[in-house]
Amino acid sequence: MVLLVAIAARLAAGSASTWQRFGAGFLVGQTWDVVNGVYGALPFIVGTIASSLLALVVAVPISLLTAVFLAELAPRWLAVPLTFLVELLAAIPSVVVGLWGVFVLSPLLRDTVEAWFVAHLGFIPVFAGPAFGIGLFSASVVLAIMILPTIVSIAREVIVAVPQSQREAMLALGATRAETIGRAVLPIARSGIVGAVILGLGRALGETMAVTMVVGNKDAVPSRLFDQAQTIASKIATTFNEAQVGIQVDSLIALGLVLLGITIGLNVIARLLVRRTAANSRGLATGG
Amino acid sequence: MSAVMEQPSAGPGVASLLLRSSTDRRRTWFDRLYRSVAFLAAVLCVIPLLAIVGFVTVNGAGALNLDLLTKPTRALGIGGGAAAAILGSLQMVPLAAVIGTPIGVFAALYTVEFSGRRAAGVIRFAADVLVGVPSILVGIFAFTVFVLPFHQFNAVAGSVALAIIIIPVVMRTTEESLRLVPGNLREASLALGVPVWRTALSVVLRTGLSGVLGGVMLALARAAGETAPLIFTALGNQLVNVGNLGKPMDALPLFIFVNARQPYPAQNSQAWGAALLLLLFVLVVNVLVRGRSLGRRAR
Amino acid sequence: MAVDTAPPAPSDPSAVPPAASQSPEQGGTALAPVRMALPPRPVTPRSTAAGGTGAGRDTSSQGHLEITRLNAWYGSFRALKDIDLTIRPHAVTALIGPSGCGKSTFLRTLNRMHELIPGATVKGSIELDGIDIYGSDVDPVRLRRVIGMVFQRPNPFPTMSIYDNVAAGLRLTGRPSRPDLDLTVERSLRRAALWDEVKDKLRQNGTSLSGGQQQRLCIARALAIGPEVLLMDEPASALDPSATLRIEELIAELKESYTIVIVTHNMQQAARVSDRTAFFTMDDDRAGYLVEVDDTSRIFTNPRERLTEDYVSGRFG
Repeated sequence: MVLLVAIAARLAAGSASTWQRFGAGFLVGQTWDVVNGVYGALPFIVGTIASSLLALVVAVPISLLTAVFLAELAPRWLAVPLTFLVELLAAIPSVVVGLWGVFVLSPLLRDTVEAWFVAHLGFIPVFAGPAFGIGLFSASVVLAIMILPTIVSIAREVIVAVPQSQREAMLALGATRAETIGRAVLPIARSGIVGAVILGLGRALGETMAVTMVVGNKDAVPSRLFDQAQTIASKIATTFNEAQVGIQVDSLIALGLVLLGITIGLNVIARLLVRRTAANSRGLATGG
Repeated sequence: MSAVMEQPSAGPGVASLLLRSSTDRRRTWFDRLYRSVAFLAAVLCVIPLLAIVGFVTVNGAGALNLDLLTKPTRALGIGGGAAAAILGSLQMVPLAAVIGTPIGVFAALYTVEFSGRRAAGVIRFAADVLVGVPSILVGIFAFTVFVLPFHQFNAVAGSVALAIIIIPVVMRTTEESLRLVPGNLREASLALGVPVWRTALSVVLRTGLSGVLGGVMLALARAAGETAPLIFTALGNQLVNVGNLGKPMDALPLFIFVNARQPYPAQNSQAWGAALLLLLFVLVVNVLVRGRSLGRRAR
Repeated sequence: MAVDTAPPAPSDPSAVPPAASQSPEQGGTALAPVRMALPPRPVTPRSTAAGGTGAGRDTSSQGHLEITRLNAWYGSFRALKDIDLTIRPHAVTALIGPSGCGKSTFLRTLNRMHELIPGATVKGSIELDGIDIYGSDVDPVRLRRVIGMVFQRPNPFPTMSIYDNVAAGLRLTGRPSRPDLDLTVERSLRRAALWDEVKDKLRQNGTSLSGGQQQRLCIARALAIGPEVLLMDEPASALDPSATLRIEELIAELKESYTIVIVTHNMQQAARVSDRTAFFTMDDDRAGYLVEVDDTSRIFTNPRERLTEDYVSGRFG
C-alpha cells in the first residue's frame, strides 16, 4: 500500500512542471512537439481508449462464453485442463505475444479481416484502407488475446461461486441448461462479471509491450480502424529513454499519471464488484 | 396456466409429455446452439496459446544454437548471440526476488497471522490493485527514484522495478498456502510458550514452505518476462555486464523487443530464439507449480 | 377461486373447506369429476387459461407413479438397489429412513434431476400414468414441468421480486400476457397460503421474506407451472417449528390436487402429513433399498418388517 502511494506521489511530483505549464490543456492537446516544447496527450489518450474498447468488443463475448462453458457446461475432464490452458495464456510474457503479433498475427489480419473490410466496407470512412496490418486494429486483437485469461478466470470464479441450489431451482421449473444459466446463474454473478470485464479493461489500458510492437507508433489521433496509432503506454515505452530530462520527461511522466489514475480507479471499482458478488453468493449458500 | 395460453395443446399434463410444441423445439434448439457456441468460444480461447507456442517453437528452434546462448551481441552489424541478455536476466531477476520475496512473505504473514480482519482486507485489496498497476508505470517510478538522481541507467533500478511487480504475486500465493496450515499446529506451538512471531516464522512458514516456494517461482517467471519496467531502468546493454549493478544491463525480454524491431531477418530470428528460451522457462515453471496445486485442489 | 368464498385465514386451514385448495385453474369441467367434486363457487374471470388447461389435460392424468426395479449410481457407487414402489395419486407418500439410505436420490430420479450430476446414472423404469419418463421420447426438461420440486433450503431467486419468482417458470415457455400472469401468480400464492402476507409487496425481493415464507414462495413457484406431482425434499428441515406447521398444513391442503412425495428425517412429521410411508435403508454396500411401503398408520403401529419396527421405535443395530 505504501508502494501504491509512493508510485502515485512520484509520478505526480515528476510531472509537476508539465501540469504547471499546460494545465488541463495537456489532456486535450493534439500535438507532441519536442522541438518546440509543446506537449498534448490527446492522441495517446484516444489511442489507448480506442484500442482497449475495441479489445473488449472482441474479448468480452468470447471470454464470457468460455467462462460459462468452463463453469457450467464442460465435463470435469475437459474443464480442468482447459482452465489450466487459459491460465497459461496469461503467463506468456507480453513481449513474446508482441513478437508473434508483429510477425504472424498482423500480416494474417492484414490479408484476411482487414482486406475484407477494406474491399467490402471501405466506402465507410472508418473501414477505409490502406490496411497495414500494424495498427489500431491489430493492437486491439492482440490486447483482446491478452485480456481473455483475465476475464475468463475471474468470471469463471464468480460463476462457480453461485450456489448449486439456484441452478436446481431453475432446472426443477423445467428450464433448459441455457435458460438456467441465463436466468438463474448469470443474474447472481452479474456484478462480479462486470468486475471481471473492468479488470480486463484495466489490463488492456496499461498493457505496454505487445501493443507497442503492433500499434504502429504514430503520434496522431486515429480516424480509421486500421490507422497506425499510439497509446499512452506505447508512447512512454518508445520515447522515454531517449527523452531529454526536463519538460519532455516530465510530460511523459504526466502521461503515466493519467494512466495510473484511470487504472487504479478501474481496479478499485472492479475489485469491489467482484468481492461483493462473492460475498452475496456465500450469503445465499449459507443463510436461509 | 399461462404456458398453455399460447398453445393449449402444450400445457403441462402427463399426456403432453410425449408432445413437443414448437416452443419446446425452439427452446431445445436454442439450448443446443448456446452450448455449441460456448464450446466454440472455449476452443477459440485456447487457439492463441497454441498458435503462440507453436510459432515461437518453430521459428525459435532454428535460431536456438550455441552462439545464441554463449556469444554477446556484436556491437556493430549483425550476428553474435544473446549472452549479455541471458546473463543480465540471470542477475536482475534473482536480485528482484531477493528484494521482493521477504517483503511479500512478511506482508502475507502479517495479514494471516497478526493483523485484524479489517487491516488484512485493506492490505489484500491494495495488493490486488497493485497487481493492476501497469508495469510501465512501475518502471517510471523506479526511474525517478533510482535513475534520475544518479544520471545513470542501472541494473539495480531494473531489479527494484521487478521486485515491486513480484511483491503482490508472492504475497497472495504465500497467503493462500499459509491459510492451509492447520490451526492446531499453531496452537500447539503457542501452548509451548513460543512467542507469536516465532510460531509464525518457524511452524507456519516451514509447513507452508512449499506453497511459498511455488509462489516465488511463479513470481520469478513473471519477472523474467517483464519488459516494460526495464526499458528505462536497466536500459539494455550490448556488452556483457556481470556484477556491475550500477551500470546498464541487458535482459532477455529487452533483447527480444529490440531485435524484433530491427529490419534484418537475422536479428528477428534471434528474437524468436530468445523468445523460445524465455517461453520455455516461463511455461515450465507455470506447469510445474500450477500443475501441482491443480492436482491438490482437484475436488 | 374457492378462496374468494372461504375465510381468508390461511393460518387456520381447518376454517378453509378442503376445496379451497383445489386448483382452480385446473378446474375445467373435464377435470372436475376426476378430481374431487368442486363446491359451487362464483365464476371468476379465469380468462382462457383454464379452458386451455382443461383441453390440454386428459382425464386419465392423475399423477400415478409406478417404479419398477429402479437402480441409481453415482459413478461406480450404487446408491439405489432394485426399488419397486407404487405412488398413489392425490395422496402424500413420505420417504423415511436413516441418512444416506438414498431417499433424496430416489426423489431426484422421479423428476430426472439425479442425472444432472456428472457420472450419475439410472436403470429401471418409472411410469407416470403409464408413460415411461425415462423413455427416449420424453424430454426431461418438459417432465420437470409435470413433476415439480421443492428443496430442503428455501431457494428463491435472489435477483427477482416475489412476483417474478412465481412467474419465473411461466416465462420460460413464452410471453404470457400481463393479466394472465397476474392471475396465475395470485392463484399460486393463494394456494401456497402466502398471498395475504405478500399481496402488498409483490415487487419486493423474494429474499426479504422470512425462511418459512420463502419456502412457501418456492412452493408457489413450483405450483405456478401446474404440475401433477410435487416432490418435496425435507421442505421444513431448515425452518422453525411454527413455520414447519404452516408447511405441514399446506401439504395437507395440496394433496387434494397433487400427488405429493416428501422426504423427511422427522418421523413425527411423516406420521402427521402422509397417507403412505415408504421405509428405506441401506445394505452392507451402502446401497439404498426399499424395506416396505404401507399405509402410514400401519408403518408406525404395526409394520410387517422387523427393520421398520426397529427404526420407527428408535432401535439401532
